[in-house]
Amino acid sequence: MSKKTKQKNLAKKRAVSGYLFILPFILGFLFFMVKPFFQSLYMSFCTVDISAQGVKYIFAGLDNYKRAFLIDPEFNQMLTDEVWRMVINSISTIIFSIFVALMLNTQFKGRAFVRAVFFLPVIFSSGIIVGLDANNALLSSMAKSAEASTGSSVTAVLEQILTSANVGSKFMDTIFDIVNRVYDIASASGIQIIIFLSALQTIPQSMYEAADIEGCTKWESLWKITMPMISSMFLVNWIYTIVDFFTKTDNQIMNKIKTQMTTYMAYDFSSALAWIYFAVVMVMVGVSALIISKVVYYYE
Amino acid sequence: MSKTANSNTLTFKERNRLSGGYLLRKKTLGVIINICFFLLMFGLCFLILQPILNKISLSLMTESDLYDSTINLLPRHFTISNFGLAAQLMEYRVAFRNSLLVSGGVSLVQLIACTLVGYGFARFDFPLKKFWFFCVILVIVIPPQTISSALYLHFYYYDFMGLFKAIKGSTINLRGSMLPYFLMSAGCMGLKDGLYIFLIRQYFRGVPKELEEAAYVDGCGTLSTFIRIMLPDAKPILVSCFLFSFVWQWTDSFYTNLFMGRVKVLSRELGSLADSLSYYVQRISGGSSQASVGYMQQINAVGVLMVVTPIILLYLVAQRGFVESLSQTGIKM
Repeated sequence: MSKKTKQKNLAKKRAVSGYLFILPFILGFLFFMVKPFFQSLYMSFCTVDISAQGVKYIFAGLDNYKRAFLIDPEFNQMLTDEVWRMVINSISTIIFSIFVALMLNTQFKGRAFVRAVFFLPVIFSSGIIVGLDANNALLSSMAKSAEASTGSSVTAVLEQILTSANVGSKFMDTIFDIVNRVYDIASASGIQIIIFLSALQTIPQSMYEAADIEGCTKWESLWKITMPMISSMFLVNWIYTIVDFFTKTDNQIMNKIKTQMTTYMAYDFSSALAWIYFAVVMVMVGVSALIISKVVYYYE
Repeated sequence: MSKTANSNTLTFKERNRLSGGYLLRKKTLGVIINICFFLLMFGLCFLILQPILNKISLSLMTESDLYDSTINLLPRHFTISNFGLAAQLMEYRVAFRNSLLVSGGVSLVQLIACTLVGYGFARFDFPLKKFWFFCVILVIVIPPQTISSALYLHFYYYDFMGLFKAIKGSTINLRGSMLPYFLMSAGCMGLKDGLYIFLIRQYFRGVPKELEEAAYVDGCGTLSTFIRIMLPDAKPILVSCFLFSFVWQWTDSFYTNLFMGRVKVLSRELGSLADSLSYYVQRISGGSSQASVGYMQQINAVGVLMVVTPIILLYLVAQRGFVESLSQTGIKM
């Protein structure tokens, strides 16, 4: 009996110290996340009046949302554009990063160098630099002239042939669009490559050996061993990619929210915009996470 | 029998004949695959490096080179004056020092808070643990932009539980000072803090329980076990989290714009570099001429290079630790 109470005491003590350890998070979460979170939700239903004395909230119902969807000339278009761009970008980022991670996981000369290069975008495509580079016509014209100096570009010729054949032109356009933006995709997949790489390195080599002895080809073991073993990373990477895209500085909607907030001081309207966008993205993340988690395989 | 025993002394031709042409086919296929692999790798590396190389060549040109259509990549009038001008316009020395202070300080605070929290989640059992960890995931997923307007007002009219209003009669404006940002970092709500908690927790989960138990048996308390046993082993993951947050903080414009209105840091200066250039050109020409778009974009490229160089150097020094320690964590979800 006394042993049991002792154990209980120990467990209680552990629980208390556990709470002490995560205390910074709890405090920060309550003060800097929950409070502003509900405040901005409330603000989106209000008219915010700012004066020297402080802030006044006047309840306005759905006015801000109506303004976003019905009155604002560009928001609907922006929203569909950005969501579509997000879907295309995220899918291609995931495929690209798996591909690169698989290649980087093989042994070859100069691997350390290539790895270092592939990690550079984490620095170069962060924060303010993305927005600056996206608007820099001088650099893009340089890239074009570099392309032109190699004679006729292979992709351009290929594009011409395929579009003139007129087969599924809408689909082809999307593909070409992705090919043309391969730099953006490469620069957005730094972290994803690392996450996939680390997953690849945890697969025990003995699995491949066993498969090899049983007569599996490399191609078969890619689909039967590698893919299931790293499938749990798909979910992580998918969510990370979407969120990363969400917060990029070259995102049109985010820019609109920012200008509404800082130049027009329309805190109510910008909150409403942010909430609409957030809700749309959350629905997307939720649905896709459900679908992906159905096919994820957990190896214990 | 003698043939198989001597197979390593046979010429390639004979061995190929013995295998019925299989050896040659296999060898050729291997070479072709290697060549394709090399081309692909070269192309992908070039793809990533090209914009950087472009920026370097652009930064070494004079303004007149920009409009010369015969010049593509190599400058004709070689100059490094662009760097001097950019440094002057960005107030590089002051901004660099401030950036170093802000990034270093914030990353350190973030790291300390996230390590504590990550360790708590990894090694202790307490009620509602699942719920709180769900909140961590929520922090990763909720973009700061959603709550930015509320945060902005929160710190603009800052009032800690009505205390300031009671004493001074009005709320205080904390925007423009660095304090709110440090507070947020200490509360694990800074830039990408959820991710760091996740990574650190993942690392500590992998540490064998026996290590901890042995420390307890030897009379270590909870805190001293953490500091003396667990932390020294966790150095690689802590270093890489610190570097991550340092690098991201260095180029971040969202939080710096939101909170540090008056502090000159590199990312802010870089954002307004083109404007300061046009202002500068107007001033030295007496308002008669303006900076051309090309010139502004050139100075932007120079600015990006100058901002990025320190962190690239840092990255090259720490590169090994960066990738390797991450693969040690064996991130799972």
